[in-house]
Amino acid sequence: MDKMPAWADAVLVPLISILLAAILSAIVILAIGENPVDAFKLMVDGALMRSSGWGYTLYYTTNFIFTGLCVAVAFHAKMFNIGGEGQAMIGGLGVALACLFIPFPHWSVALFVAMLAGGAFGAAWALIPSYLQAKRGSHIVITTIMFNFIAAAVLNYVLVNLLRPTGAMDPATATFPAATHLPTFQDMFAPEGSRLFRGSPANVTFFLAVLACIGFWFLIWRTKLGYEIRAFGHSESAAKYAGISPVRITIVSMLISGGLAGLMALNTTMGEAERLVLNATEGAGFIGIAVALMGRSHPVGVFLAALLFGFLYQGGAELALWTNIPRELITVIQALVILFTGALDNMVRMPLEKLFLGMRRNGQKG
Amino acid sequence: MDRGTERGGNGPQPSNTWEQDMSLMKHFLGAAATLALGAGAALADPALIYDLGGKFDKSFNEAAYNGAEAYAAETGGSYRDIELQSEAQREQALRRFAEAGFNPVVTTGFSMSSPIASVAADYPETKFVTIDGFVNPQEHPNVLSILFSEHEGSYLVGMMAAMASETGIVGFIGGMDIPLIRKFACGYAQGALAVNPDANVIANMTGTTPAAWNDPVKGSELTKAQISQGADVIYAAAGGTGLGVLQTAADEDILSIGVDSNQNYLHPGQVLTSMLKRVDVAVKEAMEAGENLETGVMVLGLAENGVGYALDDDNAPLVSDEMKTAVDAAREQIIAGEIEVHDYSSDDSCPALSF
Repeated sequence: MDKMPAWADAVLVPLISILLAAILSAIVILAIGENPVDAFKLMVDGALMRSSGWGYTLYYTTNFIFTGLCVAVAFHAKMFNIGGEGQAMIGGLGVALACLFIPFPHWSVALFVAMLAGGAFGAAWALIPSYLQAKRGSHIVITTIMFNFIAAAVLNYVLVNLLRPTGAMDPATATFPAATHLPTFQDMFAPEGSRLFRGSPANVTFFLAVLACIGFWFLIWRTKLGYEIRAFGHSESAAKYAGISPVRITIVSMLISGGLAGLMALNTTMGEAERLVLNATEGAGFIGIAVALMGRSHPVGVFLAALLFGFLYQGGAELALWTNIPRELITVIQALVILFTGALDNMVRMPLEKLFLGMRRNGQKG
Repeated sequence: MDRGTERGGNGPQPSNTWEQDMSLMKHFLGAAATLALGAGAALADPALIYDLGGKFDKSFNEAAYNGAEAYAAETGGSYRDIELQSEAQREQALRRFAEAGFNPVVTTGFSMSSPIASVAADYPETKFVTIDGFVNPQEHPNVLSILFSEHEGSYLVGMMAAMASETGIVGFIGGMDIPLIRKFACGYAQGALAVNPDANVIANMTGTTPAAWNDPVKGSELTKAQISQGADVIYAAAGGTGLGVLQTAADEDILSIGVDSNQNYLHPGQVLTSMLKRVDVAVKEAMEAGENLETGVMVLGLAENGVGYALDDDNAPLVSDEMKTAVDAAREQIIAGEIEVHDYSSDDSCPALSF
């Protein structure tokens, strides 16, 4: 046994990483002459102590759950899908086309069809890179990241030239018909005339994201396909020997990955903006990588990590609103968390492993 | 009443609380009637929301910032501002500012018009201002839409570019490829062709994502590419990206044209002129009007001095008398309606340039 206990791996490592990031952020905030304690209080107040703050936190969380799961599926097959951003963008196009051109009788039907459309568009965008990886060996990291740029260009072309209402300045589609309006938390939980969740964008897709987490767990650990994905991820040659087709697993896992990214668009496009704007994903596809890394590609971990990033985003907005901490430094704080939880994982893990090993040896001697 | 200058003379004073303000007012004015009026206006500070490009882009958003700073300096008032980080924050910032009692809430960038249209009805007491955006005044009586006739200003600098060019080839570098920037490019091309019908206008857009507003390196590359095609005057309408265009143009010893703010000072003697878009004036005036701001739709063109070209010590040697006479004549003709500059956004096409 050269491993530390599972609880330490899953809980202690991320917590220490977050603490380190928080300390560094505090130093950064001190350096520009603001009070880190006040800043933290403001973030907590704004993100967690008001209902509309929760509405925003959970809105961002929903995005990050979808993109986090998207990256996590690919991780299980030992692939690095950096294209969540582009897949979500194209997914948004699917959602928008469904919402604009199909006359829906009720939002639930609209949600279901838009879900299929968004998922299918997102998956289709992942298809070409995955095919190139499976058949031609073009590295998935390179192709997916390049597809992000292609997606941005495609979306720009479609919005500016095809879907933009004439005369409108904004490169965005027309507003979706009222029948596609998804119930927000305000619609669902606020009694008549109350201000609970007023104006906040969290909506019914949050529950869809939670369902996606459960479905993800079931898929990866309770189905044959999930087993094949994990087996392929652990050893391609062993998987091949067991009769698992690498081509099929590469393509199928990337399709699921792209589909999950596409579902994110339900939240931003159908739930929040109710029209497709050019900048609908705004980096959530990349945050998904940090979320999946921090969540150890496990749905519970992804959920918690997404919640943390949701808090950071909403708290960051509060900082921007009420303090003089510049926008760039808020990004620095968010980046520090990503750096520590994602990239510098081993910096915390290795000393911790040694510590646990040492403790165990001492225990055996005594 | 001129309480602004009086208070300004005593340095900026906080005017956040009602009591403070009351005592100040008594001090300076004493008249009961003005006191009641003034206290009401001073209770609400204005707020300013910058678009995603960021506050210090040396261009559009910075012009708004300068206007707000001028308001603060001249009236001694204070204001609050935010640089947006994400799309969802648009509505959030509007609501939080309106709920906290800021009035008016001034916003820059056309992307704010839809969020304003969706929140304005919830805060009927608050006045919202959208610069570059359009919100239907019939549906939302508490919104002021301020639009600029960028094509008219661009026409003038296009004329200057064609007159200053020796090769007969002038360049245009836009930020993100959106209709607003095509409107700039189209006006510019029309102006250049009006002076020299054989002029060749090369137009490039930096990109198709919002990152195109802040990519000086790519701006620099595009500038070099246009120079190699023979362009010797290049107009940048690209936010922060334009800084790279102006820098490279100066390095390569050709002329450039700035945008929105007066950018002549960035490279004195190498920036031919700047197409001014007086966002600063619009912001300052909206803030000064406070709660009594008149809403509706305002179009600021050459006639209103909302757009124009910059002439100062930095570019005076570059602008010949002949150039100035021609441009000023064209300006008069546009105002009088004798020259009609085609507006790209009116029908999504441009007679002088294809994209």
